[in-house]
Amino acid sequence: MRLAVLAAAILAAASPVMATNWNDTLAAAKGQTVYWNAWGGDERTNSFIAWASDALSARYGVTIQQVKLTDTAEAVTRVIAEKAAGVTENGSVDMIWINGANFLSMKQQGLLFGPFVADLPNARYLDLASGSAATVDFTVPVEGYESPWRLAKFVMTYDSARVSEPPRSMRALLKWAQQHPGRFTHPAVSNFMGATFLKQALIELAPDASVLQSPVTDEAFAAATGPLWQWYDALRPNLWHSGETFPENASIQEQMLNDGEIDIAMSFDPASTAAAIEKGLLPGTARAYGLEGGTIGNISFVAIPFNAAHKEGAMVVANFLLDPATQARAQDITVLGSYSVLDQDKLGPQERAEFAALPTSPALPTNEELGVTLVEPHPSWMTRLTDVWAQRYTK
Amino acid sequence: MTGAEGRWLRFFVLLLVTGGLVLPILTGLWETGRAAFGILPAIGAETWSLAPWQRLFTLPGIGSSLKLSLWTGLASTLLALLLATGFCAAIHGWSGQRHVSRILGPLLAAPHAALAIGIAFLIAPSGWIARMISPWATGWNLPPNIATVNDQMGLALVLGLLVKEVPFLLLVMLGALGQIPVNAQLAAGRALGYGRGVVWIKVILPQVYPLIRLPVFVVLSFALSVVDMAIILGPSNPPVLSVAVTRWYFAADTSLILPASAAALAQAFVVAFGILLWICAEQVAARAGRWWIRRGGRGYSAGPGLILASGATLILMGLGASALIDLAIWSVTWRWSFPSALPEGWSSGIWARPGSGWGSAFIQTTVIGLTTTAIAVLLAIAWLEGEDRAGMQRARWAEVLIYLPLLVPQIAFLYGLNVVFLRAGLTGGLGAVIWAQALFVFPYVMIALSDPWRALDRRLVCASAALGAGPMRRLVAVKLPILLRPLLTAAAIGFAVSVAQYLPTLFMGAGRVATLTTEAVTLSSGSDRRVTGVYAVLQAVLPLGTYVAALFLPAFVHRNRRGLSGGAA
Amino acid sequence: MNTLALSDVEIRRHGASGPLFAPLSLIVPAGTITTVMGPSGIGKSTLIDFIGGHLGSGFVATGKIMLNGLDVTHVRAENRRIGILFQDELLFPHLSVGDNLAFGLAARHHGRAARRRAVDAALEQAGLAGFHDRDPATLSGGQRARVALMRALLAEPRALLLDEPFAKLDAELRTEIRSFVFSHIRARGVPVLLVSHDASDADAAAGPVVAM
Repeated sequence: MRLAVLAAAILAAASPVMATNWNDTLAAAKGQTVYWNAWGGDERTNSFIAWASDALSARYGVTIQQVKLTDTAEAVTRVIAEKAAGVTENGSVDMIWINGANFLSMKQQGLLFGPFVADLPNARYLDLASGSAATVDFTVPVEGYESPWRLAKFVMTYDSARVSEPPRSMRALLKWAQQHPGRFTHPAVSNFMGATFLKQALIELAPDASVLQSPVTDEAFAAATGPLWQWYDALRPNLWHSGETFPENASIQEQMLNDGEIDIAMSFDPASTAAAIEKGLLPGTARAYGLEGGTIGNISFVAIPFNAAHKEGAMVVANFLLDPATQARAQDITVLGSYSVLDQDKLGPQERAEFAALPTSPALPTNEELGVTLVEPHPSWMTRLTDVWAQRYTK
Repeated sequence: MTGAEGRWLRFFVLLLVTGGLVLPILTGLWETGRAAFGILPAIGAETWSLAPWQRLFTLPGIGSSLKLSLWTGLASTLLALLLATGFCAAIHGWSGQRHVSRILGPLLAAPHAALAIGIAFLIAPSGWIARMISPWATGWNLPPNIATVNDQMGLALVLGLLVKEVPFLLLVMLGALGQIPVNAQLAAGRALGYGRGVVWIKVILPQVYPLIRLPVFVVLSFALSVVDMAIILGPSNPPVLSVAVTRWYFAADTSLILPASAAALAQAFVVAFGILLWICAEQVAARAGRWWIRRGGRGYSAGPGLILASGATLILMGLGASALIDLAIWSVTWRWSFPSALPEGWSSGIWARPGSGWGSAFIQTTVIGLTTTAIAVLLAIAWLEGEDRAGMQRARWAEVLIYLPLLVPQIAFLYGLNVVFLRAGLTGGLGAVIWAQALFVFPYVMIALSDPWRALDRRLVCASAALGAGPMRRLVAVKLPILLRPLLTAAAIGFAVSVAQYLPTLFMGAGRVATLTTEAVTLSSGSDRRVTGVYAVLQAVLPLGTYVAALFLPAFVHRNRRGLSGGAA
Repeated sequence: MNTLALSDVEIRRHGASGPLFAPLSLIVPAGTITTVMGPSGIGKSTLIDFIGGHLGSGFVATGKIMLNGLDVTHVRAENRRIGILFQDELLFPHLSVGDNLAFGLAARHHGRAARRRAVDAALEQAGLAGFHDRDPATLSGGQRARVALMRALLAEPRALLLDEPFAKLDAELRTEIRSFVFSHIRARGVPVLLVSHDASDADAAAGPVVAM
């Protein structure tokens, strides 16, 4: 009891402005089970969430129940079905791992609770300056409706035992594919990874990439995507299975790299290759690398639906995910291998040392290898891009 | 007499079935239908319109999806029927026949998703078969670039469906054969100079077919609307209609829910159209068959056809068994890379950690399965006993009623049903999942139990009545013990069906109810075959356990009763 | 030369020590009806099964079956061309009366019209003209027996086996059907073997009688 008071006092000292609020939140959250709807296709993430649940229940009496999704949109559909049925409170979804189009869609339809990010004590470790990576999700302003928890950045992966010099640009990739037909593919474009691959190519090939930051228009789309389609038409016949079918998602594609069905794959997580080697899911010779002009990066968030039954618990979880110790653990390649979303400049020396002491691996690309981070185009581009792709290439 | 009482009992069961099974489906269809015509207030759609349909038909690939669904559904059903008939003809009367129906157990019990995952690994260019013959026989150091899984024609999907449907039809057929004096008719046919195979096709099949017609429709409807297996084995661009519908329902663009609902209705039409087409084909086949029979050809050449069908069936069963074995191997693998025939490194790490998720999924699945099965079996007994006491024959409409949940594609009413359940505040719990699963478990239990129940020697019942036993005592002391084996078999089938349910658990459980199947399908979207292997093995082993129990329990209880130990199961 | 001959036929149940009946040898000349008499349960139907090629897997048989001088012991049932009239008529329930006959009618009759004429003629002979489209389930016992005989004869068998085909008929009908059956099969001039436990059958057959 005294310990709890002490902890509360420390927290209060750390952020005096919202002390009482946050204490209320902690008190209300105690004993709650947070149903966190998160993509369940990655065992590392699932284990990390299980660990977080144990840590949270020991510290705050909050437990997490992961609702494993095949696709994030399942949770969105569920909230819509609940709204359709008039379930405006005590909904079944407490928290969603979300970003991009799903976030835009929920935000537009008023399906989100918030803004709540500023109320989280650990938000002070974030760079929340206007326009910073943590405040914009696919160019859509976050406005406090979702809280960051892990960093994603597009990388290409390959098996160095089979490919000595991987192509470092989209144009080079086309040449490589023409020399090695059938040895490369991308995930289905209906999957975010496949769409990201197209976006990455679009940024590189568009005559003027700056138009991608504004909502799409017919003229802008025609002008920007002309070279992309030309490039893709040349690439497609050289893809695995002649580009007639695609792996469902990046995980399946990673499995194909492991099976030797393809030589080059991709990921939205620079550490995933090192972590996969660690888990026996890729050969020790697998490597990840960035592209010459830089690659797309974004942040994964957690959001709370408007009708969530355990909003306080969800906020406690969101806050816990921003804790420097949690973020350091997430970045550990033996655990999750997900880059931190915190602003390194806002960390104290002790916390910085914690990050510096993390284990490393030859499959973990250095910052130079990763190159600069390109911002996501406006979500309307992705929707239009995948629609037009489907029209062009679906029989 | 107990006629009135029986009628009441049956009426009561009918009420339960109508209220509990049929009504939810109809309201579900209604809600889906409203969304298909533009009414879904949750996303601000509040006016009747045809726009969802117009949008649906502009979605890329819709035409190909439709064609693909019809082709894979009809082809797999027709082939499954042919193979099952041929195999039945070849093994009937052979002393090993009883063993065959036992070997079917594992394949019947293994859920579609688990089998599909196993088959995908088996036949992929980098799969087990390729690994076993590479590089020494093929020269492949890398997998070849050929589409053996997810092929554009959907052949892998047809194969997967066959592995699952042929054993099901075989079981149904072997059951139906018990009602026909097959051996005597075979002898009569052969004495007239007809070959064994021809007698089967001209004499036995026309009599068996009407008995298995509804199960064939169930197979057809299932094949036309399967989701999990089609995701894993079918083509992806475009996929079959049912997968496309699921994708649109769960797309980020929520306005797609409206055309998705239209497509879900279209899926129902596809099934209706498929069945209609099938019925037309039945008419043509019946007419051609009569013409063929009248010609009197003795057709000695049918023999090779039977051998071919039996061979193909055995290969299918071998594929199914290998698929289950490869999953089991994966579940204890550390690394297994192409072209090694067996893993280079082993690990039992995942099995050692039930806390990583499979433990609770296992318990959850067992609880749901047992409850659902108990409800379904009790309901089935009440229905059949009601018929007995009322002295009624099964009405055609009642049969269709029971089969309704299996004939209407799940995707067409589950979304709407979910909305209905939500409105009633029923979702997200075990109760909703059990209810939704019972919709699909009850019909299968009825299919499995009806024939043995009606084949029960009525004289035994009359004899016990003559000895002064009342209806309740006749049921409990005579019928149920004699029917112990078929009862347990029906329960085992019901349990297996419950374990395999994917969409109902997903929709009604709001994703919170994690069963082995939902976890396995979710995990199959990830890259770790080892974890998927654990779930798939559990998924197959759990129902298998109940099959084995169904096999040995009666043998043990009736160990001193020769008349019962062979069993009609 | 049209004869059916059995030599040293012995049948035993799997695992049983002794045979069902003493070794049986006999010759059935064409045009006669030879009767094998024996009490119920001695294995008369099993003998018929053996001659016809339908012996179940639970039995082992030795001895030879010669048809018209050829050894048919190991020939498939459908290739022996030995017709059988069973205790039950075994009319196929999914076919009409006419189609049951068409099923039996030998394949050498070609053409739809010709086959239909042959079937109608057989119906006429059986006193069942106009019954072509009837459901066999609606026939009386005597009618069914006559259809079964016609079906067997239309297949043009080289020998005919009768497995107590009159046992189920009542006394009056029995005499009538028996004389109908016998007169038709005598006209065919094939060897006929009748098994029965009823002495009146043997008397009516008016041929050699063998006791089992």
